[in-house]
Amino acid sequence: MSLPHIPVLRRGQPYDSLDRNELNSVRTGEPVAAVGQANAALIRRDLRRGADAARDALRALSVGRLLEISAAAGRLFMEETLPLGDGGAQSPQEYVEALSATSGLPHVLVRRNMAKIHQVFTEMPTILRGLTRGMDPAVLDTGSGEQSGVPVSYYAVTNALGVVLPSNSPGVNSLWMPAIPLKVPVVLKPGREEPWTPFRIAQAFLAAGCPPEAFSFYPTDHEGSAAIMESCGRALIFGDQSTVERYAGNPAVQAHGPGWSKVIIGEDCIDRWPEFVDVIAASIADNGGRSCVNASAVVVPRHADALADAVAKKLAQITPRAADDEAAGLAGFANPKMAEAMDAAVTEGLKTPGAEDVTAKHRPAGERLVTRDGSTYLLPTLVRCDSFAHPLANREFLFPYASVVEVPQAQVTDVMGYSLVVTAITQDEALLSRLLASPHVERLNIGPLSTTKVRWDQPHEGNLFEFLYRRRSIQWA
Amino acid sequence: MSEAEATTTVTNEQVQAAAERLDAHVREIIAWHFSPETGCPFWLEWAQKTGFDAVAEVKSAADLTKFPHFQDEWLRDEPNERWVPKPYQGRPFLVFETGGTTGMPKQRIGWEDHLRDYEEFSETLDDAAFPRGGNWLMLGPTGPRRLRVAIEHLAHIRGGSCYHVDLDPRWVKRLIAEKDFETAKRYKKHVAEQGAAILKNRKVSCLFTTPLLLEALDEFVNVPDAGIKGVFCGGTQMTPQTVRFLVEEVLDNRAQFVPTYGNTLMGLACSRPLTPDDQWSITYHAPQPRAVLRVVDPEDTDRTVDYGAWGRVELSTLTKEFFMPRFLERDEAIRRHPWGRYPWDGVGEVRPFGALEQKTIEGVY
Repeated sequence: MSLPHIPVLRRGQPYDSLDRNELNSVRTGEPVAAVGQANAALIRRDLRRGADAARDALRALSVGRLLEISAAAGRLFMEETLPLGDGGAQSPQEYVEALSATSGLPHVLVRRNMAKIHQVFTEMPTILRGLTRGMDPAVLDTGSGEQSGVPVSYYAVTNALGVVLPSNSPGVNSLWMPAIPLKVPVVLKPGREEPWTPFRIAQAFLAAGCPPEAFSFYPTDHEGSAAIMESCGRALIFGDQSTVERYAGNPAVQAHGPGWSKVIIGEDCIDRWPEFVDVIAASIADNGGRSCVNASAVVVPRHADALADAVAKKLAQITPRAADDEAAGLAGFANPKMAEAMDAAVTEGLKTPGAEDVTAKHRPAGERLVTRDGSTYLLPTLVRCDSFAHPLANREFLFPYASVVEVPQAQVTDVMGYSLVVTAITQDEALLSRLLASPHVERLNIGPLSTTKVRWDQPHEGNLFEFLYRRRSIQWA
Repeated sequence: MSEAEATTTVTNEQVQAAAERLDAHVREIIAWHFSPETGCPFWLEWAQKTGFDAVAEVKSAADLTKFPHFQDEWLRDEPNERWVPKPYQGRPFLVFETGGTTGMPKQRIGWEDHLRDYEEFSETLDDAAFPRGGNWLMLGPTGPRRLRVAIEHLAHIRGGSCYHVDLDPRWVKRLIAEKDFETAKRYKKHVAEQGAAILKNRKVSCLFTTPLLLEALDEFVNVPDAGIKGVFCGGTQMTPQTVRFLVEEVLDNRAQFVPTYGNTLMGLACSRPLTPDDQWSITYHAPQPRAVLRVVDPEDTDRTVDYGAWGRVELSTLTKEFFMPRFLERDEAIRRHPWGRYPWDGVGEVRPFGALEQKTIEGVY
């Protein structure tokens, strides 16, 4: 049987590139798929030509119709067999197995991400309301209208949204999906190990009636990624801190790096800390600890040792399991060298006095890096740091990792730095006021909510509508 | 046998005859370079120092493996005068430098080899795609490179003139090595824009350029619409996908694409015309007998790999002006069967040696 083939999509049309990358199972090393590769010049050529026509194809449909398409696409994504290349097709179960094989995510986590993506498809009206602060979406059909009694007019600042995706988690695709009902075609560069999800999302949209011109899908190399970043008027990119720094100040690029998300407990709640162990553990370990919304630090005014020990004990129960085990909570690494590097970084950090790996004593074999069924895993790790200045206090890794630090409440907002999500377990008005005023907190969950908990009407990681559209002043005689 | 088959298939007799011609040529060249009356100081002294009696030992192309690999440092360190064969003494020579590294470059001296290479190549060109009397644009490495002179000679012998755009590939390599990709891109754009300006303002029908510059040129001008009927292209690796993209899209199947593999040390290896069976995979054939390409096992370079297998490219240059046995190129390729007018081995899908393991800096040349 020939390998499943994921082709390049050029404005929705499959293109059978002669360059194909083989994707292998992280567990067995066996090939799982061949992924067509787009050369950078081809991408540049496509994006130079016909971008306006692609946007016109989306503009021809109303937002209302695109929301209907989105809802229908959600069902197709979850339930139906959808096309791959060379006349092949993929059932939902085959998608789960393929993505699990190449990304290391267990089936149960893939299905949770599927469910999240399904919600994005079906909750799209709520998401658009959140992004536009309740504006009637028909404003985007006509170009003008009213919002809260005020005349408004918006125009798109680009005719394509470039997206350079990571491989760490399929849930990240939820960030670009609203571009479709916002009538902006997408140019997707999938992560090397995770072409499955963006391709399946595109196929679901297409099967539901979305114009094919809305989807370009270019598995490619660094040069091809750069071509997408340069040629699209707006682009999202996912990477490390250096990626964020490279694009800082570039209004055409929204760079997503580490989240450094945190759980902060106030003076008023800390004595009840045992109640929050579960929510802290979930914040650290949900989705295999792979998301930027996973907490990487827990900041408390006291009881750090006791809290750290209790959370560590809970985290240590998460161990590698078979890919199809419903209780699996850890993801294997597609690249074992990456796991080795992270393990080495933690070990190196522990050499600086003032830090202790409190999970170590709860692990059966003691080792952080383990293998199972041919796959490499990093076991959950909680490090008790004696100050926020410790090198391990504010680190983010691609596995369940966090620090626990005692910081006097009055100093929390001064030392915590940027945080994609802060879960603040407190009712202390002064602390909440400082958090609400902080420019370093992107999302604030007040109360014992996991940092991974999403509300669809709350824009996540930047506002895509504001990124893609600009408001124009308008008045009529 | 159809006409197409007649031009593409090769009989054992043709292969044998070509091999015999090559063996005879090897004997002639060895006799020339290792005789005190005609040899150059470098090879005569080398023979004396090593005690290797090349005339007695090397009677065929296969015997070339009795030489050690040619060391490219010799082309940096030896004074050029030591490469001058005795009959050429007193005749000023041309100095050509290899493409792209920084520091003291490798130099090859010559008199007419490059002219012969390109005259022979000219005979393989299709007059419809590279019209006689048509002007050329040379959008590629200039300066001390053989190509600069050779393309102009090619244009002249075909009755046309040649326009040039300056390109310094060493600067590009330096920028890339320093990870200054932005400046490298700006330089590529600067070069391509100048090429586009020539095409827009002058009547030009034939183009020499590199694959990357052809792609860049496409950003400023539609190449076939600008009057280009034939593109002679070389300098960096061309994957099948790159070739297909250039032919189908950049040239829109309206201008002929003629890829070549060559350098200052070898001359020019022509490609076979692509057929659907090739799946856009290019095969080049050395300008035998003046140069011979082997695809060798990198671990045992005396051994030629099997047909269809990858190996490192080994070049021997065998002219009266220059003798260079068994130089290991920084390239790898697939060994291909003899073909049509080239009844000797070809090299397919040439790419930087170790390309799968590491990214080699090729720049635009």
